[in-house]
Amino acid sequence: MTYQFDFGWLIGSLPVLLKGIRITVQLILIGAVFGVALGIACAWVRTLGPKWLKPVVATYVELIRNTPFLIQLFFIFFGLPSLGIRMSELTAANLAMIVNLGAYSCEIIRAGIQATPRGQFEAGASLAMTPFQTFWHVVLVPALQRIWPALSSQIVMVMLGSAVVSQIAAEDLTFAANFIQSRNFRAFETYIVSTLIYLALAILLRQLLAGLGWMLFPRKASR
Amino acid sequence: MSLIAITEVKKRFGDNEVLKGISIDVAPGEVVAIIGKSGSGKSTLLRCINGLETIDEGSIVVAGAQFLPDEVHLKALRLKVGMIFQQFNLFPHLTAGGNVMLSQMVVKKTPKKDAEAVARKMLDRVGLAHKFDALPDELSGGQQQRVAIARALAMQPIALLCDEITSALDPELVAEVLAVVKELAAEGMTLVMVTHEMRFARDVCSRVVFMHQGRVHEIGAPEEVFANPRTPELRQFLGVQ
Ligand SMILES: Nc1ncnc2c1ncn2[C@@H]1O[C@H](COP(=O)(O)OP(=O)(O)O)[C@@H](O)[C@H]1O
Ligand SMILES: [Mg+2]
Repeated sequence: MTYQFDFGWLIGSLPVLLKGIRITVQLILIGAVFGVALGIACAWVRTLGPKWLKPVVATYVELIRNTPFLIQLFFIFFGLPSLGIRMSELTAANLAMIVNLGAYSCEIIRAGIQATPRGQFEAGASLAMTPFQTFWHVVLVPALQRIWPALSSQIVMVMLGSAVVSQIAAEDLTFAANFIQSRNFRAFETYIVSTLIYLALAILLRQLLAGLGWMLFPRKASR
Repeated sequence: MSLIAITEVKKRFGDNEVLKGISIDVAPGEVVAIIGKSGSGKSTLLRCINGLETIDEGSIVVAGAQFLPDEVHLKALRLKVGMIFQQFNLFPHLTAGGNVMLSQMVVKKTPKKDAEAVARKMLDRVGLAHKFDALPDELSGGQQQRVAIARALAMQPIALLCDEITSALDPELVAEVLAVVKELAAEGMTLVMVTHEMRFARDVCSRVVFMHQGRVHEIGAPEEVFANPRTPELRQFLGVQ
């Protein structure tokens, strides 16, 4: 091997790289918060919600889970303007990620809700809570606790899948890497660096989610 | 006037008629034990009184309010009648105190501070004031069931329905739960309890209902029901000849 590694470009490209990181982080934070919120709402509809809404949500979930993310993104960014709905690259990317995670997390959270013992609903009802109050105050937290590892993995997968948004010129980390690489012609080094950054972000995100679970769900006092 | 008036109640699950015309009147302060074989419809009857099941015929009137299966009537009914289950059904993500506070805050909109005060009082009443911050997982079965009782009491019901509340407990934990129930009875709480604790039924209850195949087969004061069972079914159930 005679290939000479060269990381000298790194200093000059740092601002572009940092901006890319910032946008990827922003995409995943917004996507995760609103995507999971959408997932909870949809999971409620599919398990306990009004009958007439169920087919609507079922259609949405199946549509998203059986089509490529890239096509969903293109549809939002290139397709919707035909209907007069225009948005920036970043907004389209955010929306696509929310809609995508919403469908996947719906199915994960639904499984958590379905595993709730019947007695929990009955205890809520016997205390004069409405079905929705019982869902919100009694069922939801233990349901999320049951599926938290699966949900966390899904969020990390969406974070990694976000690389695709560079295709509509949303200036995320992958977009930054492509841009830098086209200037320095150092594809190997550039993608090594961006790979390591994704890796670090994924590990960080997992830690964050584990910590969130630790805060959200009760633990036995250590004795 | 009776506090709970159950008149000719029928309940079917598909073709299976589980309650075949039940009539029982419960006076204020009465403690009624319901006994009978598994499958005779005891749980279904209690669940109907609490509105967890709808009835097909007949009527259930609690403190003058008719049972109707819409949300407003159900809520009114359940505010009057608390229910305690065999499996405790505590909320696993909340502490003992949180379990007792939740419905006060959610249903009655009691401010947190007041709900907490009530929760401490109710937990004290069942002898668990010191377990306010314990999670259900950290409590024994007997303690969990006592928290469930405190949770029902916090809604200030006028009657409590107990469905085999000691059946899931290890034998050595049964007494502590029954002691709490006994105390409630002594304080004048109206109780309808499905139980297999015959000694307890004899000592504490004012009336015993023997259910058989969806009907009230025998009903009377514990002395007569236990000492002079009139029907062969009850004699067989009690194991006397
Ligand atoms: N939700 C239900 N759906 C269908 N059948 C039921 C249901 N609940 C109870 N039953 C039936 O009703 C009968 C009485 O049950 P239950 O009231 O639980 O009796 P018990 O409490 O006296 O053991 C049983 O035959 C049972 O199978
Ligand atoms: Mg039963």
